[in-house]
Amino acid sequence: MSVKVRIPTPLQKLTSQKAEVEVQAKDIRDLVGQLEKQYPGIKDRICDENGKIRRFVNVYLNEEDIRFLKKEETSLKDGDEISIVPAIAGG
Amino acid sequence: MSFLKSLRCRECGREYPKQALYVCEYCFGSLEVNYDYDAIQKVISRESIAKGPKSLWRYRDLLPLEGNPSAGFYSGFTPLVKADILAKELDVKELYVKDDSVCHPTWSFKDRVVAVALSRARELGFDTVACASTGNLANSVSANAAWAGFKRYIFIPHNLEKAKIVASLVYAPQLVAVNGNYDEVNRLCSEIAAKYKWGFVNINLRAYYAEGSKTLGFEIAEQLGWRAPDHLVAPAASGSLITKIWKAFKEFDKLGLLENKLKTKIYCAQPQGSSPIATAILEKADVIKPVKPQTIAKSLAIGNPADGYYAKDVIQDSGGSAAIVSDDEIRDGIKLLARTEGIFTETAGGVTVAAAKKLINQGLIPRNESLVLAITGNGLKTQEAIQEAVGAPYQIEPNLDSFEKTVMGSEKKHPETVR
Repeated sequence: MSVKVRIPTPLQKLTSQKAEVEVQAKDIRDLVGQLEKQYPGIKDRICDENGKIRRFVNVYLNEEDIRFLKKEETSLKDGDEISIVPAIAGG
Repeated sequence: MSFLKSLRCRECGREYPKQALYVCEYCFGSLEVNYDYDAIQKVISRESIAKGPKSLWRYRDLLPLEGNPSAGFYSGFTPLVKADILAKELDVKELYVKDDSVCHPTWSFKDRVVAVALSRARELGFDTVACASTGNLANSVSANAAWAGFKRYIFIPHNLEKAKIVASLVYAPQLVAVNGNYDEVNRLCSEIAAKYKWGFVNINLRAYYAEGSKTLGFEIAEQLGWRAPDHLVAPAASGSLITKIWKAFKEFDKLGLLENKLKTKIYCAQPQGSSPIATAILEKADVIKPVKPQTIAKSLAIGNPADGYYAKDVIQDSGGSAAIVSDDEIRDGIKLLARTEGIFTETAGGVTVAAAKKLINQGLIPRNESLVLAITGNGLKTQEAIQEAVGAPYQIEPNLDSFEKTVMGSEKKHPETVR
């Protein structure tokens, strides 16, 4: 599946300053693996030592937090849009 | 003199320059201000603080600025009310209300964080400030940015209380109501913040902004005669306030400013329908599960709390606990505080009062030790939430007979008030 991934500013150094990249992936776990292949080093930033998405990283599929879907197992289809967003304070 | 050294990742400890940065490039942990405490130790004392202005700027040595403040000159230093009638109702010995419902200029504790954020925004050269808000922050950024002369973009969820919308619009910001909940507004804002070079108070200025909340804790300790209370109940949305009140007590302790040994237990108050932090604490869970908020306490309607893990750590480290209260308990809490202490707080304050009542009744807060309630906002902003619950005025004709028949002959009893 071909999906678009929006890359947050702190990670754009790894994507040659690109804010949006295209990746072929079947689910979120696969997506992280594919990102790592294309942009080595990115997985360590997004995932902890056990390969789980870090607790301060929010991943959204078409604007829905993947923790409300199937987390890393959330499957993807052509044209999906993924955002990776650091946690933000507020109130 | 400035004691602001650098920014540091709260997760991995990596250091960053004191710029408008908010997240660690390596692990996405949030950045925290790092001070030169040795230098602060040499200049700070109870006397030096007491000589300062009657505002949050009396704690300036412990706030993240390089020069002089340029916003929020009159914010903070709100009353610490000895709440004897409420204490009697709740059957506790020593109770205080920290009353930020009268914080200048927009009647919530957010005036503290915004005073710091906008002063720092000026130092960093921004001419435009922005925020994502559940309402109180929107009011405060709108007002303070007007006073300080910034352009201002304010993003809110579309379903906020009317008073919170009017109390932003009146200061002529670019107010943007987003068709979504707060967490969606926040996600959008993080994308806007990446594209526009603005000072987003809760995004790229977050490390500085959040430090403003410490002043609530500093004031409580100073107003108690340089003592930290035994127990403190505070509401949680993102969880930042709880972590900063704790940090304030720890800093005072470290700098030798407290008379007593720091043993404050901190309790997290959240509304049913938006209680991801309190739920994780009560269930002793490692993971904070995000929720889709559904509560009358809209200022606490954050389902994905950025500082949730840190707030949970504070509660556990301090030996405190948490309570979750229903919409009806929130309304009762608002009315109880008003009827006993003459303070009209917003829904978040109702959450705090109701949670305190619950924790006392559960025996988690002992009845014979000092307790402070952090009341963080003003009831005039959330009137919709309780207008059905406060009754209606007597309707009479303009004559004595009508008054005596309708009012004095009424069955309705005047509530007892004995101070």
